[in-house]
Amino acid sequence: MRYAYFPGCSLHSTAKEYDISTRAVAEALGIELLEIPDWICCGATPAHITMHLLSLALPVKNLLLAKEMDSYEVVTCCAACFSRLKIANKIMREDPEHRAGVNEIVGQDYKGEVKVRHFLDLLVNVYGLSNLSEKIAKKMDGFKVACYYGCLLTRPPEVTKLDDVEEPHMMDDIMRAVGVKTVEWPYKVECCGASFSLTKTDIVLKLSGDILQMARDEGADAIVVACPLCQSNLDLRQPEINRKLKKKFDMPILYFTQLVGLALGIEPKKLGFDKHIINPAKLLV
Amino acid sequence: MKWFISHDTLRSPFQATIERHCKERIGHCYQCGKCSAGCPIAFQMDYLPNQIIRMIQLGMEKQVLSSRTIWLCASCLTCTVRCPREIDVAEIMDYLRRCAYKKGVIPIEETEIPLFNKIFLRNIELFGRLYEMGLIGMYNILSGEFFKDMALAPKMFLKRKIGILPPRIKNSKEIKKIFRESGRLGRTRRDKLLHPKLIFLNISRKIIGKIERFK
Ligand code: SF4
Ligand code: SF4
Repeated sequence: MRYAYFPGCSLHSTAKEYDISTRAVAEALGIELLEIPDWICCGATPAHITMHLLSLALPVKNLLLAKEMDSYEVVTCCAACFSRLKIANKIMREDPEHRAGVNEIVGQDYKGEVKVRHFLDLLVNVYGLSNLSEKIAKKMDGFKVACYYGCLLTRPPEVTKLDDVEEPHMMDDIMRAVGVKTVEWPYKVECCGASFSLTKTDIVLKLSGDILQMARDEGADAIVVACPLCQSNLDLRQPEINRKLKKKFDMPILYFTQLVGLALGIEPKKLGFDKHIINPAKLLV
Repeated sequence: MKWFISHDTLRSPFQATIERHCKERIGHCYQCGKCSAGCPIAFQMDYLPNQIIRMIQLGMEKQVLSSRTIWLCASCLTCTVRCPREIDVAEIMDYLRRCAYKKGVIPIEETEIPLFNKIFLRNIELFGRLYEMGLIGMYNILSGEFFKDMALAPKMFLKRKIGILPPRIKNSKEIKKIFRESGRLGRTRRDKLLHPKLIFLNISRKIIGKIERFK
């Protein structure tokens, strides 16, 4: 299995552990991820609320780079990149007016033919959960996790085509397949405040605080995420949440790839467990 | 608050323009309020998302474009997936922001968000990928919050989560071209990308806020 890999800006900086653990898991499972050479930022939220054409041209440029690699499937891990790439593809397929504009901007002809997959999708629907279960090397039933999906992984469903919008279960399925216990909780698709981390920090603190509270109330020992923005809002800002909202959260926020890697018997050091602000050491014993 | 709706607003082409650009049927909204019920940011907004939709129907362009709501919307798409009339409320919010940018309507409050967006885009235009240090530094300077998140920076360095030097990639010429052409085709004036008035408003608000807290 070979795929063009689009890490995105976050996975090269604030979410390094997501990148490291994804590559480690892919290697252990025999999935080849080839990084798209000279990929550029997908534009994220600031692009689509400022200039519509730009927000399409940036992802399309990346998809074109992937096409040059002769790889007709792109794999990404970041929920925001995933959403931008998927939306760009859909518009390029269905909207001739925008297609003409974007093709003029990038100077190439593109009709939305490069497929885009989230790494979650790859594990569940291509690799298969039963195949994954067979590879378990380490038992991990000493703790319970709450799987948090956030906004962009499942919405809008006609674009992402990934999971149920209100009750997603893909990550829960993976966790159970590798032997990690999950809790049922109602905040799976709540919003963490997303890109307001720098601008409206108060909003982020409140929304992320609510999510942490609900996870703790439902008996979770850690939260598992698939989005670098969710992770940094919940992990990096957790000390600030504790200070401002007078709470005592000590909730590790992990990427699903890190736990899958652990279950496959990969050393914690190779999965970036040392990069968290809230130390997950208590789960690793 | 009292609103005066005149013949002129009712006959304004505002709704029709949005419907054409977003390919949405705003007239279909029957004001059930489901979009606002699920909106995570509703508690901070001046008008709820369903009110914005109603104001569009009534042609209240000025109030809509200068509202705080359009900037506070986090693009989480909750409203879009839940609307029983299948109106893409989030896309309409997007359109309204782009419209405000184009017309140069600068919000009096929530200036941080447009400022941040512009700094972010400038950053991508220069480096091709996000250069966090540049983004945070620039944002802190231009927004007047010089020491924001200073405590986090050393931790991030130690964990090697942010680098000091900007990323370097080969196709920087092509990126500049993408930005230039998008601006041209979308008729967005890119020289307004860092609007002085926006920066001034932001800094003055921050300083006034600090003085008031000090008192
Ligand atoms: S959910 Fe849809 S129909 Fe209901 S108020 Fe909002 S936009 Fe209107
Ligand atoms: S997309 Fe905007 S308006 Fe809609 S629910 Fe999310 S924050 Fe609220």
